[in-house]
Amino acid sequence: MAAKRQTRAPVFAALGDQTRLSLVAKLCGGRPYSISQLTQGSKLTRQAITKHLRVLESAGIVHSVRRGRESRFEFDPQPMEGIKEYLDFVSEQWDQALSRLKSFVEE
Amino acid sequence: MNDRIEKRIELKASVSRVWRALTDYREFGEWFRVKLDDPFVPGQVSRGQITYPGYEHLKWEAVVQKMEPERLFSFTWHPYSVDPKTDYSKETPTLVEFTLEKTASGILLVLTESGFDRIPSDRRAEAFRRNEGGWTEQLKNLEKHVAPTS
Repeated sequence: MAAKRQTRAPVFAALGDQTRLSLVAKLCGGRPYSISQLTQGSKLTRQAITKHLRVLESAGIVHSVRRGRESRFEFDPQPMEGIKEYLDFVSEQWDQALSRLKSFVEE
Repeated sequence: MNDRIEKRIELKASVSRVWRALTDYREFGEWFRVKLDDPFVPGQVSRGQITYPGYEHLKWEAVVQKMEPERLFSFTWHPYSVDPKTDYSKETPTLVEFTLEKTASGILLVLTESGFDRIPSDRRAEAFRRNEGGWTEQLKNLEKHVAPTS
């Protein structure tokens, strides 16, 4: 568990950026994208997109797969589990608070 | 990615009863388990001390946003600002909204908390890490709370 926890911090860090979040949103559909495809329709340059992809890659959120001469980027759902756990935690706190509220107003 | 929490709960009580439980600062404190210093006023900071067993060292701080009688109560806060030494005031808070709707048998309360994507990355991880131990403790408290009466 301790080892697993250490790997979460870079995932949170990688996702704490609007551009990277939108890249993840695009990639999490499951289909691999090339850098040119990801740059299309974006205001950012190819270099900037590449830089963001490298950050996501180092956190393990995306992987690059070489196909012929170009790299394609693929989403890896594993590291996102950490965030799901955090939201689950906050969510559980609300479940408890609301059930206390229920007993409070229904008594 | 999911950036919000939504909960729905049916309450068998009158709308005025539920509204009071949500917006009277003493009643809110009873079920939320926080001792608040002052009544809720839209636009103002609400401060207090958590009374939840195991979390009593934590402060409560939120900014009341809207109070539309018997319909909507909302505030912004920093969820699980668990490190008393860290200043969370510069971070973007999440928005908590309680909306009330009358149903045939009572009140439907919808709670949403949104804005998690704007919480600084390392803080999210930290909040989670710090609470993990406390959470186990809380479950034990809950067990103790429900067990003896049965």
